[in-house]
Amino acid sequence: MFQVRIHGRGGQGVVTAAELLSMTAFTEGLHAQAFPSFGSERMGAPVAAFCRISNTPIRTREPIADPDGVIVQDPTLIHLFDLFGGLSKEGFVLVNSSRTPESLGLSAILEKLPTGHVRTIPATEIAREKIGRPIPNIAMLGGFAAMTGIITLKALAWAIHTKFPKALAEKNIEAAQAAFAAVQHAIAGEPIAARGEELMV
Amino acid sequence: MKTPIQLTPPKGPVELTLPKARQIEGSRAIAEAVGLCRPQVICAYPITPQTHIVEELSAMVKTGELMDCEFINVESEFAALSVAIGASAAGARAYTATSSQGLLYMAEAVYNASGMQLPIVMTLGNRAIGAPINIWNDHSDAMALRDAGWVLLFAETNQEAIDLHLQAFRLAEELSTPVMVCVDGFILTHAYEEVELPTPEAVDRWLPKFQPRQVLDPAEPITMGALVGPESFSEVRYLAHRKQLRALERIPELSAEFNATFGRNSGGILRTYKTEGAETIVLAMGSINGTIEDAIDELRRNGHAIGAVILTTFRPFPYASVAAALKNASQAIVVEKSLTAGMGGPLAADVTLALANTSTPVYSVIAGLGGRPIPQASLESIFERARDRELPETTFLDLHWDAVNQAITKELSWTPHT
Repeated sequence: MFQVRIHGRGGQGVVTAAELLSMTAFTEGLHAQAFPSFGSERMGAPVAAFCRISNTPIRTREPIADPDGVIVQDPTLIHLFDLFGGLSKEGFVLVNSSRTPESLGLSAILEKLPTGHVRTIPATEIAREKIGRPIPNIAMLGGFAAMTGIITLKALAWAIHTKFPKALAEKNIEAAQAAFAAVQHAIAGEPIAARGEELMV
Repeated sequence: MKTPIQLTPPKGPVELTLPKARQIEGSRAIAEAVGLCRPQVICAYPITPQTHIVEELSAMVKTGELMDCEFINVESEFAALSVAIGASAAGARAYTATSSQGLLYMAEAVYNASGMQLPIVMTLGNRAIGAPINIWNDHSDAMALRDAGWVLLFAETNQEAIDLHLQAFRLAEELSTPVMVCVDGFILTHAYEEVELPTPEAVDRWLPKFQPRQVLDPAEPITMGALVGPESFSEVRYLAHRKQLRALERIPELSAEFNATFGRNSGGILRTYKTEGAETIVLAMGSINGTIEDAIDELRRNGHAIGAVILTTFRPFPYASVAAALKNASQAIVVEKSLTAGMGGPLAADVTLALANTSTPVYSVIAGLGGRPIPQASLESIFERARDRELPETTFLDLHWDAVNQAITKELSWTPHT
């Protein structure tokens, strides 16, 4: 079981990101379950959504308290909530920011996790460029795919095509590809151990 | 209990065509299942967490995906079910959906639908009832109208929610009685998970064209729901009771036929999970059973003889089936998302009555009220206490006692103004 918690604010497509992640994993032949944090969501309010991915059917209905991956779509949430609570020792953190994890005050979580498991990508800027709107969710999934190897870009593209009309889907796929490439580029500059390849074989 | 990451990549190339199963939202799945049953009139008023279901259906009617169906926007839930009653009386297959306060607002019509024996199917996206206002999931709404003469079925998963709707229309129309399909709000309605929808042709074979018992027809006028005096009212009520008992026989038959047709074991009165040799048996309704099954697997690994009963049919209440499913257990634990203030758990009360002629004690666990998460660890700790014979008669799962005690202290310190 691989569990992902996505944090962001209403309007950033947090719930859609969890849905797409589940659809992507499903396309890969895995079992998946996605659900929102069941709040009365509104624009700008903190929102969380969850996604479980597994080789076997998923029965549990409890919220994810011990994630293997945390995606933070809005860095202003970092010091407001315990976003990394329960994160596994081998877990992954991806934050939407053009700054480095250190400069965002993420040193504590950087120390806890293996090298390369905490990253930032400028997902809002990527989305602005590729989609024309500052919705970072899909770029974040592209980056998360590159970082964890838990889903492939090809399957993510299929899920995006299923979810959105063609023109919008194509722009979103470009955003996912750009983010994927950005993370791959960052990984390439680092030792092999940081690639998270244990998940891909 | 943390499981290590052990995902394997898919075997062979990723299949990028539409597979038989789909990863979709529960509400969408329910809407499509209802659409496959070809309702002729859908009337609804939106309320969280039911909204997505009726939004999807209205879109399906508008785009023509659902043909020969009228979607009627109404001004309230009272109107929604009243329109369904009118449509059903005029011979149309009628459907509506609601949640929480919405069900209460249509309460009078709920009794009218069953009193008039109209085969309406309604989805209830289970949600708590205020005050205090709360939009999250529990079973208070279903419990409030559990004795209104409808068949009440509870879904464990979104796949079962689909299957129960297909069975509900069959049952409703065969017996001419309304059926409510209860689906946990948010937990199921808003969850994306794998489901398989049957083909329209298969559903058409499963569910024949609606043939109403009685039809309002200007050419041959009749009165439905007329005044019935003391000379006949008892007989009308007795016949309604008898029909519900008949439903108890028909529900397992339909479930078996469904399994033979669609290859899935869905619906029925109840299912058992690892009850063979179980000293403790946990009984619950709805989506919490998934977490309970995981907890049971974990405890079984540690040698704890525990199993579960997943109760699907809540009304009519299957006393004999519940007694039979629990007969070899030395204790029963009822986990339920409802509380009758001053009485306790209503489901636990029914199970206690089912076991009245046995010495098996029934322990009541009230959990998940107003959307409080029910963690597997909390359930395991309750079940372990039961094994050690330390469970009190009633447990309020994960209750914040400090907050409760603070409120009690405050109330006790109140004095009237002089």
